Amino acid sequence: MSSIIHGLNKAFENRVRLGIMSILMVNQKVDFTSLKEMLQVSDGNLASHISALEKVSYIKITKQFIGKKPNTSYSASTGGKKAFTNHLDAIEKLIKKGGKQ
Amino acid sequence: MLLLLYNAAPKKKIHPAVYGAWIYNICFVTLLFKVLLINRAMTEQDEQIENLTEIRNLMERSTRFISLSGLSGVSAGICALIGAAIAYRYFGYNAYFPNFYYHIFTEAEFIRMDFLQFLFTLSVGVLVSALGLGFLFTWRRTKQKGGSLWNSSTRRLLFHLAIPLVTGGLFCIILLLHGEVYMVAPTTLVFYGLALINASKYTLNDIQYLGISEIILGLIASVYVGYGLVFWAIGFGVLHIVYGTVMYFKYEK
Repeated sequence: MSSIIHGLNKAFENRVRLGIMSILMVNQKVDFTSLKEMLQVSDGNLASHISALEKVSYIKITKQFIGKKPNTSYSASTGGKKAFTNHLDAIEKLIKKGGKQ
Repeated sequence: MLLLLYNAAPKKKIHPAVYGAWIYNICFVTLLFKVLLINRAMTEQDEQIENLTEIRNLMERSTRFISLSGLSGVSAGICALIGAAIAYRYFGYNAYFPNFYYHIFTEAEFIRMDFLQFLFTLSVGVLVSALGLGFLFTWRRTKQKGGSLWNSSTRRLLFHLAIPLVTGGLFCIILLLHGEVYMVAPTTLVFYGLALINASKYTLNDIQYLGISEIILGLIASVYVGYGLVFWAIGFGVLHIVYGTVMYFKYEK
């Protein structure tokens, strides 16, 4: 079993984290509200997963002010994009192996 | 394991019933083990397939505006046809004459402000009602699907739709300034087609076919100058209705 799941990244084991990364892969910059809307999760839930991904520096956080309102937007780092691609490759391999059984 | 048991059995002279029970037990345990293992592998696989579907879905939804309703196209087409019919009734059979536009706008005795005023009012009326109805149907569809109408994918779609459209609009004004009135209708069709093809990367891919049809129609219209109103009615009326109906049955039924 261990050989099959080798390559799956622990950082992406959660649904919400997978979602965050997939959105950031195809969008340059996404703000918190848009992420929340697309993933349909609570503020706290999203924030905790974002900080987990930030800790391993897979995503970058940009904080700025639009007028007087603070606006935080997120983007995928180069390392994060690479890691996510590897993770997807591993999933693909896993599914292909499963199909041969 | 089974073979070993089979060999050992006669020596110890186990009662056939006990022997059978043993085989049964061992078979049952291995079966259970297999089922558990395979099940584990299967759920892992199913889960990953589900994850992949979710990923694809999110990538699609976060970049494309997909709640564009087919009914928006149909209503815009109907508005355009009504507008064309009103224009035809107003100008009468003259609308078909190749030199009609030329006469209206360039020959001194034919410049009539009421014509221009009428055309302007009519086109603004058609534009507002088509956009209004189009917005209404798309808004209704977005509400049904539970998304938001104004997000980054909407902004991106409108931006990329606007570039060729605004260019085309300005170009038409320039054509009017030069007095080349007969080229306005074909030009609007061509630029509208280009705008649709440009926007098709940010919404349902299918609108590129509508775009290609508009461009072909616009090019034909620029050869048969003077039949502007007819081509205009086909391009903005008939094509919109056909496209909208196809989209409605493809995605909303």
